[in-house]
Amino acid sequence: MLPLHQLAPGQKAIIESIETESLPLKLIEMGCLPGNEIALLYWAPFRDPLYLRIEEVHLAIRKEVAQHIMVKPLVDD
Amino acid sequence: MIKNINVALIGNPNTGKTSVFNALTGLNQKVGNYPGITVEKKQGSCRLDRVTKARILDLPGTYSINASSMDESVVVELLLNKNNPDYPDVAVVVTEVENLKRNLLLFTQIKDLEIPTVLLINMSDQMQRKGIKIDMEKLEEKLNTKVVLVSTRRNSGVDQLKQILVEYRSISTTPLMNPKEIDPTYFENLEKAFPNQSLYKLWLVITQDVNFMQLERKKVEDTTHFKTQTKTYLKKLQQRETIKRYQMINQILKATYEVNRKEAKDLRIQLDNIMIHKFWGYAIFFLILLMIFQAIFEWSSVPMDMIDSSFAQLSEWIKNQMPAGILTDLLAEGVISGLGGIVIFIPQIAFLFLFISVLEETGYMSRVVFLMDRGLRRFGLSGKSVVPLISGTACAIPAVMATRNIENWKERLITILVVPFTTCSARLPVYLILIALVIPDGRLLGFNYQGLTLMGLYFLGFLMAILSASVLNNFLKSPNKSYFVVEMPNYKLPLLKNVLLTVWEKTRSFVIEAGKIILAISILLWFMASFGPGKNFSNAEQIITQEYADQPIEPEVLECKIAAFKLENSYIGVLGKTIEPLIRPLGYDWKIGIALISSFAAREVFVGTLATIYSVESDTQETIKNRMAGEKRKNGLPRFNLATGISLMLFYAFAMQCMSTLAIVKKETNSWKWPTIQLFSMTLIAYLAALLAYQMLK
Repeated sequence: MLPLHQLAPGQKAIIESIETESLPLKLIEMGCLPGNEIALLYWAPFRDPLYLRIEEVHLAIRKEVAQHIMVKPLVDD
Repeated sequence: MIKNINVALIGNPNTGKTSVFNALTGLNQKVGNYPGITVEKKQGSCRLDRVTKARILDLPGTYSINASSMDESVVVELLLNKNNPDYPDVAVVVTEVENLKRNLLLFTQIKDLEIPTVLLINMSDQMQRKGIKIDMEKLEEKLNTKVVLVSTRRNSGVDQLKQILVEYRSISTTPLMNPKEIDPTYFENLEKAFPNQSLYKLWLVITQDVNFMQLERKKVEDTTHFKTQTKTYLKKLQQRETIKRYQMINQILKATYEVNRKEAKDLRIQLDNIMIHKFWGYAIFFLILLMIFQAIFEWSSVPMDMIDSSFAQLSEWIKNQMPAGILTDLLAEGVISGLGGIVIFIPQIAFLFLFISVLEETGYMSRVVFLMDRGLRRFGLSGKSVVPLISGTACAIPAVMATRNIENWKERLITILVVPFTTCSARLPVYLILIALVIPDGRLLGFNYQGLTLMGLYFLGFLMAILSASVLNNFLKSPNKSYFVVEMPNYKLPLLKNVLLTVWEKTRSFVIEAGKIILAISILLWFMASFGPGKNFSNAEQIITQEYADQPIEPEVLECKIAAFKLENSYIGVLGKTIEPLIRPLGYDWKIGIALISSFAAREVFVGTLATIYSVESDTQETIKNRMAGEKRKNGLPRFNLATGISLMLFYAFAMQCMSTLAIVKKETNSWKWPTIQLFSMTLIAYLAALLAYQMLK
């Protein structure tokens, strides 16, 4: 298990837990919930913000928020 | 008898809600503002059948009913207030077929407000290509409402929607979720405190400011004595609510929605590999910026010149056709020149919004936000500040309005406060004439000095915006924490109709918003320049004629001398002389003082005012442009040396001389505090910079 921003671009993972205190409700409403699949697609320069896919939703968040999302990387199939 | 019903269109951004609105209303729409704030209010009308007419309200795009920005809070405020004349008889939640799951979250929230709520699934033409199948009958049954498939690209489903709207009374208003599922104890207590009321509505009233703090909001119901829980706890409950809703949605979709996901063949990945590339991404953005500037400054100049000369001709024509007198003067010099001062900006504003709306429609703008966020954040701005900063090079007014989708109050406020530093197009004529007057025509490494100076002034504007942003960043405290979440929509071709309607609306609202103020100030300035205290003003003609009685002088030149003498003794001339001691250290005299004051209508008025003051010999056909050229020939005037010229340029670069911008800032921030701070601090910076420049160069 590792915080989201430590994934490598292109890597997929399952959301394990979220620190609800530190996340905007909007992100949760967009599907950032434990059990959902998440993929880190791109980094902007300096690895911030992060371009993600959560289920079928594509969005960008800042690193400061990403570190409150714990994920379990999926082994490439 | 025609029956009118209120229909509200609600939906996530990027679901094609506006296309649906355009398909329903066509040109029968009008855009205004919600009272007190500048969130756009789009309304239109549509004939549903022979006896029913719908007033359609296109609410701002929102991801959920829990508002996290100013745009979004409009939605919840309307839906919680049954007494609002716009309160919908029926709501249509617009969703997109590919993102149905996420879109349904908002649908379930609206449905639970006990409003008849139709589900519209848009972009249904994509279903086959994406391998999506929907069991419509079952979906209608599970959601307990009417569901309609629409494709605005193929123009299908709209008639069916109209039919459903006509029969809206048959739609059930039973909520889908019982709020007690979220937290039984909390909601049972709430029910005891407010019996016979909708629990979900109460809940929304209580939590309205948990995610987004507004400076002021209307209380729908007085729930102040029920704030028994901390914000943290309420937020936890909101999250639990979201989870519960998604559980419900997942169950519904499992039984009704099927996707055959053969590796989605969309362009997203190929395009994103380039568009947000470390190098190419920025290079492309830079090229697009160049093109926008090219459009604003090169392409716009043709229609702008035409507008300029036709207003000058109109003014002349009125002077010649109407009987000479005060009314003619007011019309020709106050009203017409005021109107001309607004209309002249239309080409630039239209080009600007053409580009911005194409970039937004295609989905590219989100990529720019993504690329620029990190760099701008260092200065207290956000990736979302890019659009306002670009818009600022045309005009600060649409730029300030473009800050509305920045959720973070502090980042938004900083953007609003610094945007007027960017070089707006009203400064351009001032710069051009000053550069022509004081900067020599030589070359440095093949670059023209004059061109370099102009470029330097543009950089200076951006630099000052960024610098003051970082200063503000250290001083301002953020009242609420809000975060950066940007949807990255799929790339798509822009719909021409949507783009053109956006350009039309934005331009129109600019003309109206800024127009009233520019017009009012122009008339006021005309008044101050046309009347004066004391005998010198009323006897101007006599005094000057006597003075030149024994000299051979052409009547036209004499007339100019009289006009200049009148201006000197008018109210505005007196005012100019009053402030002269204050501006003398900057290298200005009372004549420039007059031009500075009149610049408050719009900065470019500077040029016209100077033309009048220096009594440029004009024959009747001359336009303002030619007067400027005439001004240039008087290069020998010692008043306009390098020191004064540079000092003036710096003053215009930094000073807050635009009443319209101040008015819009007042509206956007809902207080006089920020525009006042802006006015005084910017003008102080301008004064000091001009003072320093003049004293060093003199």
